Amino acid sequence: MNASTATPTVRRQLQTPHPPVSAFPYNSGSLLSVMDLDLAAISHLLERATALENQDPLTRDRILFKRRIALLFYESSTRTRTSFELAAKSLGADTTLVSSLSSSIEKGETLKDTGLTLRALGAEAIILRHNSSGAPWLLEQETRLPVLNAGDGMHEHPTQALLDLRTMLAHLRPGVETVTPETLSGVNVMIVGDILHSRVARSNMLLLPRLGARVILCGPPQLLPESAANVGAGITVERDFEAALRNSQVVMMLRIQAERLAGLQLDQSQYKEAYQLTGQRLSAHAREALVMHPGPIIRGLELTAGVADGPQSAILEQVRHGVAIRMAVVERALTAGKGGRA
Amino acid sequence: MNVLLIRNGHLIDPAAGVDAPKDILLKDGRVAEIAGAGKIKAGNGVGSDVQVLDATGLTVAPGLIDIHVHLREPGQGHKETIATGTAAAAAGGFTAVAAMPNTTPVNDSPEITRWMLSPDRGACVRVYPIGAATRGSKGEQINDFAALKAAGAVAVTDDGHPILKDSIMRETLAAASRVGLSVIQHAEDTRMTQGASMNAGAMAFKLGLRGMPPEAESSLVERDIRLVTELKDSRVHLHVAHTSTAAAVAAVRKARRSGLRVTCEVAPHHFLLTEEHVGLYNTNAKMNPPLRSAADRDAMIEGILDGVIDAIATDHAPHAVHEKEVEFENAPNGITGLETALGLCLRWLHKEWKLPLGRVLSLLSAQPAALLGLKGRGTLAVGSFADVVVFDPKAEWTYHAKETRSKAHNTPFDGWTMQGKVRWTISEGRIAYSATAPQ
Repeated sequence: MNASTATPTVRRQLQTPHPPVSAFPYNSGSLLSVMDLDLAAISHLLERATALENQDPLTRDRILFKRRIALLFYESSTRTRTSFELAAKSLGADTTLVSSLSSSIEKGETLKDTGLTLRALGAEAIILRHNSSGAPWLLEQETRLPVLNAGDGMHEHPTQALLDLRTMLAHLRPGVETVTPETLSGVNVMIVGDILHSRVARSNMLLLPRLGARVILCGPPQLLPESAANVGAGITVERDFEAALRNSQVVMMLRIQAERLAGLQLDQSQYKEAYQLTGQRLSAHAREALVMHPGPIIRGLELTAGVADGPQSAILEQVRHGVAIRMAVVERALTAGKGGRA
Repeated sequence: MNVLLIRNGHLIDPAAGVDAPKDILLKDGRVAEIAGAGKIKAGNGVGSDVQVLDATGLTVAPGLIDIHVHLREPGQGHKETIATGTAAAAAGGFTAVAAMPNTTPVNDSPEITRWMLSPDRGACVRVYPIGAATRGSKGEQINDFAALKAAGAVAVTDDGHPILKDSIMRETLAAASRVGLSVIQHAEDTRMTQGASMNAGAMAFKLGLRGMPPEAESSLVERDIRLVTELKDSRVHLHVAHTSTAAAVAAVRKARRSGLRVTCEVAPHHFLLTEEHVGLYNTNAKMNPPLRSAADRDAMIEGILDGVIDAIATDHAPHAVHEKEVEFENAPNGITGLETALGLCLRWLHKEWKLPLGRVLSLLSAQPAALLGLKGRGTLAVGSFADVVVFDPKAEWTYHAKETRSKAHNTPFDGWTMQGKVRWTISEGRIAYSATAPQ
């Protein structure tokens, strides 16, 4: 034991091993992260969403006629599951739902084996919702099928970010489908509440700044660590809800994810005091702003019933955009080579 | 009679201060003679049945010693056995490994310690069991350290878990010091790491994973150092396992300056990799402590170069393939390390960062031996155990996990370039590993 007296100075000049380059996605039809899509691919999806939405249902259902798509859901879902299912069926595909309750997952079957089983049953793509961050990457690596991430843990929810984008464009840039790094220049999008546990927040944070928007994150420190601002460019943290409101054209409210709080204590009345979106706050600070929420909403907690049902609310419109976007994403999954990757 | 002559190699024995071409004669499991290269002749007074190993152009050094490995027996033989783990050790140039007690059941008794040491286990290098500090490693009730030591344990730890309670840690340090055993702490305040699976920070946030803050490690190291200080007993030896944070190394450095017997080790992955290597949920980059920030990684390099880090230990933690092919959060912690340690240390510590070869080897043999008081190990002075590694220090090669002698393949270093190819590993005078063909 040679006790040292040298004063440490971090030797920044040292050469160190580089992190490996990612091989994901293995399948060009996969949508694991919004980062899988470059702006051209996003534009293509937006164009296809509109085209498919307007297409005659009787010709539209020839596009993926009788193709097999599995929905694999480890978490409950209303919007995402139903809209993916409707989207796939609108294109003529056969869908089958496997949920963690009422399947062999309950008996201990792993994600890998469940995926391989679905592939053996003829599934050509898998839409996965999972409670563990990163699960879609594992599933894609093991099955090499197109995997569509329908929400993984606290990580990402790429189709939600795309439908949110489509909703914003419809209001702020009507008619625009080809997106560029300037498309949302000058637009501030605030995301409010439980950022820490939100996959919707992460996907939006990674997507919107690439189109020129500024993302303002707002919430208490327990639900919004400072490090969130380091996820990418164009992201700032603002703790003062009303200051953020005054600066924003879009207000995206999030639910507090009680199921993921993991022992974190949160005083609800304090939270509402500081961060609840009320009609009074909206009219005082953001009279023109578009109010969004990925759902499910908890009326009277993160926002009041009046705001949810009010004229600035785009919440149900978001749901409608979800079906169109998911048609485009499902079509891309099974028509490999189109759309491309970032 | 078992006689081996290693001829014409370049002997580096940091503990004995030797760095010169030498012949070495090994007899009956001990080093019998050392002389200038070409001086010892078979048949010339050493008997004609001597086996001669030509080490021309090769480095001859004391066999490497890893004071932190998981051999998984008893009870987890699907991950590794003492036989396969020590075969991997021999392939990596190691002649002695200290086996952690987090087996099934936990090695908290003389019976299990003796079972691990039985020749029936088929170990091909020396195994030193480390006993559990507390019953079942639950951190509540300390074990009979005298009995564990008598059975062959060389230290106590609850590795995999910390000894969290102040009173239990104090009692462990005091009781271990009375029987001359070191206490190895897995420094993790688990109250800060519930549900976490990687380092806390921007990367964890981005991946949507709960993070382990660096303070979970450093605060417990600081607590332990305070307990050592309060005990005011020079026999007390605290050894911090797998340090991974700048703050923990700083705490050890400070303790050492004030004269305390506090030592620490670092694993190759913690001085080479950062949290960026987790990439997109690579479970072979998941271990505990986790890969940290670049600043923490740099502090490990700094600590090695300036000498505050006493040993390199791999924390070899084999797992079955299927156990790692799961969601990141559900994957078990740990990676293998025995076959890659020397190649990584030579490639990076020596070649890239210019740490002299003698110091690299000392961190892998003489210092860990001194740290746990392994007598007759870590040196090739005449009379020592005939534990030798013979390697080509210049050879570059690529590590392929599928060719491992371990049962497990969980390594982030698959496909990495290594420097320094082991030619022979000799354990107590017997050839435990021989490269199939000289590279």
